[in-house]
Amino acid sequence: MEMKPLDERLMRLALVVIAFAMALPASALDGQVGIHDPSTIMVSNGKFYVYGTGGTPLVSDDGWTWRAGTRPPRAGLAPDVIHIGDRYYMYVASNPGGQPHAAINMIWSKSLDPGSPGYKWEEGGLVVSTNGIEDANGIDPGVFLDPTTGRLWLTYGSYFGYIRIVELDPKTGMRLMKKATDPKTGKITTSSPGFTNIAINCEASDMIYHDGWYYLLATHGSCCRGADSGYNIRMGRSRKPTGPFLDNMGLDMIQGGGKQLIGSGGRLIGAGHFGLLDLGDGIMKFSLHWEADLDRGGASVLDIRPLLWKDGWPVAGENLKEGTYEIESARSNNALELAVEGVPVGGRRSGRGRGATPGRGPGGRGIFGGTGGGPIPPQDVAEVSRNWPAGNITTRLSNYLCQAQQKWAIAPAPNAGGYPGSPYFKITVAGTDRALAATADAELVVLPAFTGAPEQLWRIEQVAEGTYRIMPKAVPGSKGPLVLSAVGSGFATLAKWDPAGDKQHWLLKTP
Amino acid sequence: MNALRKHRTLALAAVAFLPVLAIAESAAADQAPASQAQGNRTLMSSAPTSIPAPTLRKPATPQASPDAEGFIPRWLLLEPIPAPLLTQNAVQEEVHKDYFPDQFTVIPRDGDQVTVGNKELTWHAVDTKLYNVNLFHFAREHGMSAENVLFWAVAIVNCPKETPNVRLAIGSNSASVWWVNGEELIGIYGDRQTIVDDGVSKRITLKRGPNVIRAAVINGGGATDFCARFLDEGGKPLKGYTVTLSAGGR
Repeated sequence: MEMKPLDERLMRLALVVIAFAMALPASALDGQVGIHDPSTIMVSNGKFYVYGTGGTPLVSDDGWTWRAGTRPPRAGLAPDVIHIGDRYYMYVASNPGGQPHAAINMIWSKSLDPGSPGYKWEEGGLVVSTNGIEDANGIDPGVFLDPTTGRLWLTYGSYFGYIRIVELDPKTGMRLMKKATDPKTGKITTSSPGFTNIAINCEASDMIYHDGWYYLLATHGSCCRGADSGYNIRMGRSRKPTGPFLDNMGLDMIQGGGKQLIGSGGRLIGAGHFGLLDLGDGIMKFSLHWEADLDRGGASVLDIRPLLWKDGWPVAGENLKEGTYEIESARSNNALELAVEGVPVGGRRSGRGRGATPGRGPGGRGIFGGTGGGPIPPQDVAEVSRNWPAGNITTRLSNYLCQAQQKWAIAPAPNAGGYPGSPYFKITVAGTDRALAATADAELVVLPAFTGAPEQLWRIEQVAEGTYRIMPKAVPGSKGPLVLSAVGSGFATLAKWDPAGDKQHWLLKTP
Repeated sequence: MNALRKHRTLALAAVAFLPVLAIAESAAADQAPASQAQGNRTLMSSAPTSIPAPTLRKPATPQASPDAEGFIPRWLLLEPIPAPLLTQNAVQEEVHKDYFPDQFTVIPRDGDQVTVGNKELTWHAVDTKLYNVNLFHFAREHGMSAENVLFWAVAIVNCPKETPNVRLAIGSNSASVWWVNGEELIGIYGDRQTIVDDGVSKRITLKRGPNVIRAAVINGGGATDFCARFLDEGGKPLKGYTVTLSAGGR
C-alpha cells in the first residue's frame, strides 16, 4: 500500500508554489498551470475555475490559458467543488492529527468570481471525519449529483483503508439527516445514514453517470514523487452509486480492481484526480493533474483531455497536436481539398492507362510499372500552386491522392486563445499561407493569406476514437456555433452540430 | 484491390479475348442500368448503332414530379458534342466554349436543332425510368458515340413558393458542371462514376415559379449517366415541385 504522509504533500505544494513563478512553456495547457490535486473545473460568470491542494486557485477565460486566481478562505487538501442551484459547494479536507485522522469541511459561495456580488464564502461545517483508527482516511472528497435521482453523494478516502461514499443533502450540501422514532420511547432522533465502502488501494475518487451506469474513477499508484510518481486513473462501474464497482475484467474495486482510463504518456508522468468537464452537446472532457510535466521542469500541472466513450467505458482522448494532416470525412472518406485541378504525384502519365500494355511488375514499365525507379518525392506545393487562382478558392471533398491541395497544416494560431484543452488552430494548405475560413453564408473558403480573423480560427476536438469535430471560432453573421459538415460525398459546409452520424466527424490522418 | 482486379481483367482481355468480351459486355450493358454496367465499362462498345433506350421514354404528361428520392426525372438533352478531356481546367475550358447561340440561357424545345461545328444536333425531351439519366442509352438511341463527348442537359423546376437554403446535389459519369438560374454551382472532374450526391452546391434559394437547371456532362470512355436532386435545409430530398419542358409549364 502506498503511503503519503502529509509532509510529503506539503513539500509537493511548496514545489507547486515555486513553479507558479516560472514562465511555463505551452505544452499541456497554456499560462500558469501549476497545481496538484485539482478539483472539478467549474464555470462561473463565464470563466473557468479550479482549486488544488493548499487552496491553489487557477482561473481561465477560455479553458486554455490559465492564471492565478483568488484563494478561498478555507484551504486544505484536494478540494472538490459542485454547483447546485445558486450555490457552489466546496469540500476541503484536512489531516488535523496526521493521517489517517482526517476531516472534510464544506464552504459555499454563490459565485466563484471575486468580482461578482455573490462572491462570499460561508462556512458550511464538518461533513465527514475519520478518527485515525478506522480503516479510512477522510481526505480527497469527490462530490457527485446523480442526474437520474437528484441525490447528492460524496466519495472520499485515501490509502489508509477504504474509499467510502456517504449521501449528502442537495439542499444544504451537508450530510443527509434522517429522522427515526424509537418504538419504545417514542423519542424522535435525527442521524445521518452511514457510509458504504466501495473501493480500496486508491484515492482521489470521483463519480460520474453515463447511460445507466455509475462510474467510480479513482487514482492508483504513488503521488508526490515527481517523475517517479506512478499515479494513474482507474475505474469500475456499477448500476448503483453504492457499488459494487467492477472493472472490465469483473474485478471489484474493493478488491483492488480498476480499468485504466489514463496513465503516464509521452513526457507527462503520473495522471491523477479525475474531474468531469461536461461542455454539453455531447462534448465531454476531463481534468487531471500530471505529477511531472517534463517540459516544465517536472512541475505538477493541470491538463484537460477529451472524454470519449467506447463499449460502455470512458476512454481518454487526445488533444490535437500541430502537424500536417489529411482531413478526411468519416461520411464518405473523401478528403477536404482546395477546389483546384490536381496534378498526380510524379506527374501525369503519358497516354491512356486503360487498354495500354500491362506492366511487367515492380520496376518494369507499362501501366503497372510506375516510373521504374525509386521513391517518388512529395509534390512540390510551390510548383503546383503556380496554376492555382490567386484569390479566394472554394473547397470540396475528393479521393485522397496525396496531392498538395489535399494536405493541411494545422498549427496553433499565435495569441488567439483557445478552449478547454487546446488553442485555436489555423488551417492552411501545407507549404502555403492559404487559410481555411468560414464565410458569411456558412460555407467554406480558402483565403490567400491567414490574418487571424475569428472565422479563420478553428476549434478542433476529438469526439470519438479517431474522429474530430472541427468548428470555426466564429461564422460572420451566424447566431450560433456551426461545425464542419460533409454534405453529400463531395462537399463540405458549415452546419449546426449534430453528434449523430458521421457527417460531422473528421479523421485527421498523416498524409 | 477491385480496381487492380479490373485492370488485370482488362489486361488479359486486351491480349486475347477483347473482341468476344466486348460484344458480351456490350450486350450485358444493354440490359442493365448504368450503375450496374460500370464494372466493365471500359470493355463496352459505343458503336453508333441506333437502339431504343431501355431506360428513357418520351414525356407523355405535361408535368413530372421528382421521384420518391427526389431525383429529377425529366430533361432536355442535346445530342453529344466531341470533347475529349476530363481534367478540371480542360472541362472548364470545354464547357465555356461557344457551341451554339445562347447556350447558357436557352430553354430548348423538344426537336430544336443547333449547329455545332459542321453538325446539326437535336434537343430531345426525355423522362428517365430510373433515378439516373443514362446518356449512353441516349446517345446510342440516336446512333451516336458516348465516348469523349459533352452532353448538354436542361431541366425546368417549378416551385410553388420561394425555397431558401436548398442545395443542388448531383452525381455524374464522368465530369460535369452545373448551373441553376445562370449561376455556376458545381463542378466535378476526372474519370468518375455516378454517385448520388457526389457534388453538392452551396445553399441557394429556388425562386417561386420556374428555375432552370443546366448541366454539361463530359464523358471519357464507356458508360455515362447523371442524376440530380435538390436537398432541403435538413439534407432531405426536396419535393413538392413540378418538372416541365418549358418555363411556361408546358
